Amino acid sequence: MTYRHLFKTSLTGLTTNRSRSALTILGIVIGITAIMLVISLGGGAQALILGQVQGLGTNTIAIIPGREPTGPSDVSALYSDSLKIKDVQALQNKANVPDLKFVMPTVFGAGTAAYEANAYQVSVFGATERLAEIFDLTPNRGEFFTSDDVLSRTDVVVIGSKVVEHLFGSDNPVGQKIKIKGRNFKVVGTLPPTGGGSLFNFDSMTLMPYTTAQDYLLGIKYFNRIITQTETDAQVPAAAQDIARTLRDSHNITDPTKDDFTVQTQQDLANRLSTITGALTWFLVAVASIALFVGGVGIMNIMLVSVTERTREIGLRKALGATDKDILSQFLLEAVLLTAIGGLVGIILGASLAFIIAIVLSKGLGVNWQFIFPWNGAILGLVVSGLIGLIFGGYPASQASKKSPIEALRYE
Amino acid sequence: MPIAPNIIEVKNLKKAYHDGVTETVALSGVTFNVRKGEFVAIMGPSGSGKSTLLHLLGLLDTPTSGHYSFNGKQVTSYSGDELARIRNQEIGFVFQSFNLLARTTVLENVKLPLVYSHVPEHEWDERATKAIEAVGLGHRIGHYQAELSGGERQRVAIARALVTDPEVIFADEPTGNLDSKSGKIVMSIIQKLNEKEGKTIVLITHETSTAEHSERIIRLMDGELESDRPVKNRLTADDEYIK
Repeated sequence: MTYRHLFKTSLTGLTTNRSRSALTILGIVIGITAIMLVISLGGGAQALILGQVQGLGTNTIAIIPGREPTGPSDVSALYSDSLKIKDVQALQNKANVPDLKFVMPTVFGAGTAAYEANAYQVSVFGATERLAEIFDLTPNRGEFFTSDDVLSRTDVVVIGSKVVEHLFGSDNPVGQKIKIKGRNFKVVGTLPPTGGGSLFNFDSMTLMPYTTAQDYLLGIKYFNRIITQTETDAQVPAAAQDIARTLRDSHNITDPTKDDFTVQTQQDLANRLSTITGALTWFLVAVASIALFVGGVGIMNIMLVSVTERTREIGLRKALGATDKDILSQFLLEAVLLTAIGGLVGIILGASLAFIIAIVLSKGLGVNWQFIFPWNGAILGLVVSGLIGLIFGGYPASQASKKSPIEALRYE
Repeated sequence: MPIAPNIIEVKNLKKAYHDGVTETVALSGVTFNVRKGEFVAIMGPSGSGKSTLLHLLGLLDTPTSGHYSFNGKQVTSYSGDELARIRNQEIGFVFQSFNLLARTTVLENVKLPLVYSHVPEHEWDERATKAIEAVGLGHRIGHYQAELSGGERQRVAIARALVTDPEVIFADEPTGNLDSKSGKIVMSIIQKLNEKEGKTIVLITHETSTAEHSERIIRLMDGELESDRPVKNRLTADDEYIK
């Protein structure tokens, strides 16, 4: 039997039972669609997150208190107050780290902001005036706080759009005083909405000089994070090393494994985030694969029924000269064609859905969500669906080929 | 006239079925020969073993013991693939229930054995068309089997049996599912194949009127050969039309 006729015979076998063939491949279609969707959306999410992280500037280096825990008994959490003002001063010394453009200590906290009868839960972010530059924040009303405000611990705040909305409604907050933890802060500026898709959402934040936040609001002497930038990207690795050395000197640490701080470059962060989103994507692919497996079992089930139903046809073909191998190939090819068609439909369906979702996310949330056609997912999907045909079609096909022609012809 | 050689030589052929506990003997040792170009009818009541015998002769089943030589080949020792090749090239089958492929045209049905043969593909259409015309269905070549009458379906099955130009045609109750008129047409075609084309015909039937179209009737009873004698007043399909 030539391959051309084997192909033709198998195709005829499928098309004479069109609706059953379509139902049979439904499981495969769903499985491959899910996998395509997950891989495409995972890729889109990854691109979005990386874009935002890198939007901060790849020349940014963050210093975080504590080290990454090496195990469950690691007490790195104890070092959460390890970054002090003397560290900032040591880093600002050009003799220690020559390449740094600036060093910005930051503190975080939370509190309830109140204006007249309105109250709103806000995140407090204490930093220097450099914050505006790093995150590209331009007040839509008023001004950002200044370096003088930082030096003199002035009670001034810049508030995000949600804070404005909840406390002031449509009134102009600039010049008004809001109360946080019993202390009055003068609003010097407001920020325009940053949009829901942004990684750093300033909308419900209250920004103020870190000195003010430390002394009057949080009552702490340490920093939650120190953010620095080099002039160029190329200086980042050397600067990161200089920072680590400087802080070790400042903290009297000789053994780098006992560091009580972590130096994190944006590239590190980007790598870590893509590892996480990648792992998440593949986890979801694994879950979606269960659908494929179930689809495969469905195919085997239907093929077994089909083999029984076509017992006479098998007997006839054998009587007319078909060998066991001819019958095996015919039914195996039917299964593989079926699953491959299912895979193809799933790829088209999954990619189309991902495309629609990308448009909806871009328009609806105002984020820059890219549609990514997952070539790796498509190839994987096609190969896997073909393999499913081979594996789950193998048993029914071998059952078909083993039928004796007389048993088969006698079957009514 | 020289005596034609034997195309079928059967010696002490036995077939028994085991269902694990009991043994059912379907054929308990039959011996006979069929000459090339002969038209033989095998008769017997149901359960006499005639279908089993036809399956063995047609290489669809293997005997429990005994000797069978088909067209000069000791086929009892052949592999499944070799038997499939012989069935394809040297044997044509006509079944009681036609066994055409559903939702398939006359032409495609008749071409089916060629798919499994070594006949080059460019000859398929010509061969199939010739076989279809030989059974008088040239005008039905593109029709689907559902559009055909029972008699026409059986004629398609005969065309399918002819298409590889086999030595022997085995027919298992070919008129069993047909009305008498269609049955006569089918028998006249089979008879013509024997007389004009020189095909060896082995026919199974339980109807004496059908069997009498042959030259020789072998009667089976309880798995044994009861009688084997020539037909004296042979019927031809034309005779019956006159009646």
